[in-house]
Amino acid sequence: MSPVLLWLVLMIVLPQIDLLVMSFRFEADDGKMIWSFSNYLQFFEEPIYWLTFVRTAIYSILVTFLTFVIALPLAFYITKVVAPKFQGFLLVLILLPFWVSELVRVYGWMILLRESGVINHFLIKTGILHQPVEMLYKDSTMILGLVYTSMLFMVVPIVSVLESLDNSLIEAAYDLGANMWSILFKIIIPHATPGIVSGAIVVFMLTLGNYLTPNLMGGKNSLWFTEQIYNQFIASFNWNQGSAFGFLLLLLSSLIVWIGLKLTRQNLKKVVQ
Amino acid sequence: MIRTLPTSKTYNRLFKFYVILYFIFLFAPLLVTCVLAFNDSQFPSLPWKGFTLEWFTANLPQRVGIFNDRINLDSIWVSFRVAFFVTLLSTVIGTCGAFLFEQEDFRFKQLLYFLMLAPLVIPGVILGISILLLSNTLGTYFETSWGVDIDLFRPGFWLVVLGQFSFIATLVTLVVSARLKKFDRTLEEAALNLGANRFEVIWHITLKFLRPAIFGAAALAFLMSFENFNTTLFLVGHEATLPINLYLQVRDGSTPVINAISFLLIVGTSMLALANLYFSRKSE
Repeated sequence: MSPVLLWLVLMIVLPQIDLLVMSFRFEADDGKMIWSFSNYLQFFEEPIYWLTFVRTAIYSILVTFLTFVIALPLAFYITKVVAPKFQGFLLVLILLPFWVSELVRVYGWMILLRESGVINHFLIKTGILHQPVEMLYKDSTMILGLVYTSMLFMVVPIVSVLESLDNSLIEAAYDLGANMWSILFKIIIPHATPGIVSGAIVVFMLTLGNYLTPNLMGGKNSLWFTEQIYNQFIASFNWNQGSAFGFLLLLLSSLIVWIGLKLTRQNLKKVVQ
Repeated sequence: MIRTLPTSKTYNRLFKFYVILYFIFLFAPLLVTCVLAFNDSQFPSLPWKGFTLEWFTANLPQRVGIFNDRINLDSIWVSFRVAFFVTLLSTVIGTCGAFLFEQEDFRFKQLLYFLMLAPLVIPGVILGISILLLSNTLGTYFETSWGVDIDLFRPGFWLVVLGQFSFIATLVTLVVSARLKKFDRTLEEAALNLGANRFEVIWHITLKFLRPAIFGAAALAFLMSFENFNTTLFLVGHEATLPINLYLQVRDGSTPVINAISFLLIVGTSMLALANLYFSRKSE
């Protein structure tokens, strides 16, 4: 009991409280630390800060949605369409790349996409392009990278809920003349909702808090909020401002997770399992 | 639609095409990284200039292979040490946590359970900065009021270990809990009836039952720690872990040495992953 308590209080509760406290401290003109809201005011006054914040939130939602759209057919194929003997094999194949470090995966994409990269090399060889194109450091590449990194966390929960979906339900609907789309929206998606929600929460969280992928694949234009936090902490050494940003990010992620749970009438405990 | 229903050929083909496309998307970056580790060129790009092992073994002025690359080897060693301590700590505490939440009843259990899940909802970056802040606060406090300077509170090896531990312990707790749920408690009662004490029961019966889950969780913890970037970024001192070190190199331009390291990582983690899968299948 006590070691667990120690872990939770020391490593989870106290640091967050300290983060909150720090975010309200501000160095006044005479060099004294005072209580103030100015770190938060700064955030709203400087358009670059809150624009980045909004941008990060919107892109994270977009990435979550794209991941879902790609993952659903795949999960469906694995659980319902492919011959059962290939099922295990395909699942292992899906899991495997995600054991490899995120850095290595991002690096792979960089080699593929950059101006002197592999894809450009092939496009020029085959005569489709005459001049190499820089495909890296664009918003679309960054989204591609983020979708790639978080794919697994959407596929696995959806696979596990679809496994519990009784085939005879789909068969019955088919016999009664339902077409593909109504089966999808009336049977498959409602049944898969718990899995989709838990996948979406994890993907959203990971995307929002990601630093590596936006930084390396989005380059200077990526403008991801975690980079602002990093800059405040490491580059400008303004820890109070950084804490305020950190707390805002924490607030945003909790808020969106909470809304997601409320909208679908799930709770966190169920989603984790 | 599904296996048991008649489907049109185009539907089947399209679906298969989609899945194949997905797998190409999934494996292309890894495959390219591996292949280019053996290219005899100064840059990790095509054209193919012939096969070489020099990016692993060479020790030439213009080309230093990974096995002779001091900085990278050092960071691999740091990562190993961090991962070892994180695995040890989080496996022990995480298993305690699983026992606590599955078998005990106490006040504020719901609240504590919620706190245990919290690291899943806190982005890694935030975890990193908040632990940095706390340790800094504690460090300053100790220095001003006691006059002692404690190394632990500075960014560095042990802070990285603690930072990673704070969320990896949650994963261990969840994995071990899942297995503990399936445990038949009458077995414990039987052992107690037969004269075993509480400690013997846990050691000989419960932990034995949990062993596959604990090993699986430990493997997961090791890997998560070895590859962690977000939390580590803020806590790292002068001893860079491998992901941090690789990040700095990738950001400032790349050489095939990074491919060689990536290749070793891909092979290593795949082995670990397959072994883990194999053992978890076997135990079921």
